Amino acid sequence: MADDKKPAGQALQEQLGQLTDQVQGSQAWSSIFRPGSIFRKGYNDSPRNRSYVIMNSVLYHLHPVKVKRHAVKVSYTLCLGGLSFFLFILLTVTGIFLMFFYRPTAAQAWDDIQTLQTAVGFGLLVRNMHRWTAHLMVLTVFLHMARVFYHGAYKPPREFNWVIGVMLLQFTLLLSFTGYLLPWDQLALWAVTVGTNMMGFTPVFGEQVRFVLLGGVEIGTDTLLRWYTLHVLMLPFVVVIFMAIHFWRVRKDGGISGPL
Amino acid sequence: MTEIPEHLRKRAEAAKAKAQGTTDAPAGDASPAGGAPAGDEKIPSHLLDRGIAAADQPGTVAGGPAPPAGSSGPDGHNQRLLTVVKSGSIQDTKATPQDKVHVWPHLLLAEFLAALAITLFSLLFSIFVNAPLLELADFNKTPNPSKAPWYFLGLQELLTMFHPMVAGVTIPGIGLFVLVMAPYIDKNPSKRPEDRKFAISLMTVHLMFWSVLVMIGSFFRGPGFNFIFPWNSGLFFEL
Repeated sequence: MADDKKPAGQALQEQLGQLTDQVQGSQAWSSIFRPGSIFRKGYNDSPRNRSYVIMNSVLYHLHPVKVKRHAVKVSYTLCLGGLSFFLFILLTVTGIFLMFFYRPTAAQAWDDIQTLQTAVGFGLLVRNMHRWTAHLMVLTVFLHMARVFYHGAYKPPREFNWVIGVMLLQFTLLLSFTGYLLPWDQLALWAVTVGTNMMGFTPVFGEQVRFVLLGGVEIGTDTLLRWYTLHVLMLPFVVVIFMAIHFWRVRKDGGISGPL
Repeated sequence: MTEIPEHLRKRAEAAKAKAQGTTDAPAGDASPAGGAPAGDEKIPSHLLDRGIAAADQPGTVAGGPAPPAGSSGPDGHNQRLLTVVKSGSIQDTKATPQDKVHVWPHLLLAEFLAALAITLFSLLFSIFVNAPLLELADFNKTPNPSKAPWYFLGLQELLTMFHPMVAGVTIPGIGLFVLVMAPYIDKNPSKRPEDRKFAISLMTVHLMFWSVLVMIGSFFRGPGFNFIFPWNSGLFFEL
């Protein structure tokens, strides 16, 4: 019996050893524990490692390795641009959650929201967060614009980025406004009625503008579908493109503007 | 007079003698290309010829046996100016080095903390304050007052004063256009607040104009969109 057991134990050990060799020889292992990796030797604070944190991560798309000293002063930017971007991400995450429980038709929309709030775990909380961060984002984008203006940061070479920025402000308002209709309650319906009536006064082709926006002559289930698509797909898509250009131009123009 | 140390004087004399001897040498070696010293083997002979010819010329012009010391090197090699590379043409030299800091940790930490703070704020706010959900939309029941979202209440406020085309399109259109064109209209290169009093005043008036209108529209308009005081008649405002 003892003779039988020993080879079995050895075989298992051999198999384990083989498995270990396989794992440690794999591409994933050797890239995680590559020479110089912090998983191999730990992170010690050195200028070289500080550079690697940015250079070896996706953050390199957003930030350079080094920035001007004044650019990290919170009292200069108040973090407003970064916060607007972060709120956009937060809104995307909470918005995706809401999409799982919402159908954009006049017959179902309001009931879906009601169900979301009463029967879905964290449903009320996530909807609250989506609503309040949306208002907050309008505010931060607006304050970001004011900050940039008062610092004269729109002056050469940053003229074009200012134009992109004003576009982004308008897209933010549109995103918020299209989302306003989706709960399909009295507040949504009549706020949007007031808003679209105003757009109907566009000179020359006001009626057509209103028709295109409403998907008909008056607000209805078609309007809901139209605004839903604008809200969850088209406007975010456009905003992401404009943000990419906005961030790229910040670096292209030599980082954020200098001190006054 | 101080005495020159013996060994230095000897070295200087030896160097002088060597220089004298070699400046004489090209004049003597001028005729055959094959007679080049063994040390110069690596230099192609036609180049060497050219160099020797160039070294001879000033000598012959001056008529003296030894050319001036500056025109040829100690070993009979001539340094000639081939081209001038101006600084900055190949390598960009910055006149003033900039004071820079690492993004990690100086910027990323601040960004991370700001993101954390705003997440916490919106989470706490959402726990304690519920988003409004009024009753189902009803086309036959117009609420009084009907208000647009708060950021459009400035426009709605203008509607009470002007024709809709002026209030809803012309004024905001011009405002937006001027805003977009700001960098092309404002040609003042200075960023210092004391140099741009007009621009700053104009922007402040512009921002205040909309802020005040939004405030009035939000808090000071009641049933029939009539002017009210919120502390008397209550709040007619939903976010």
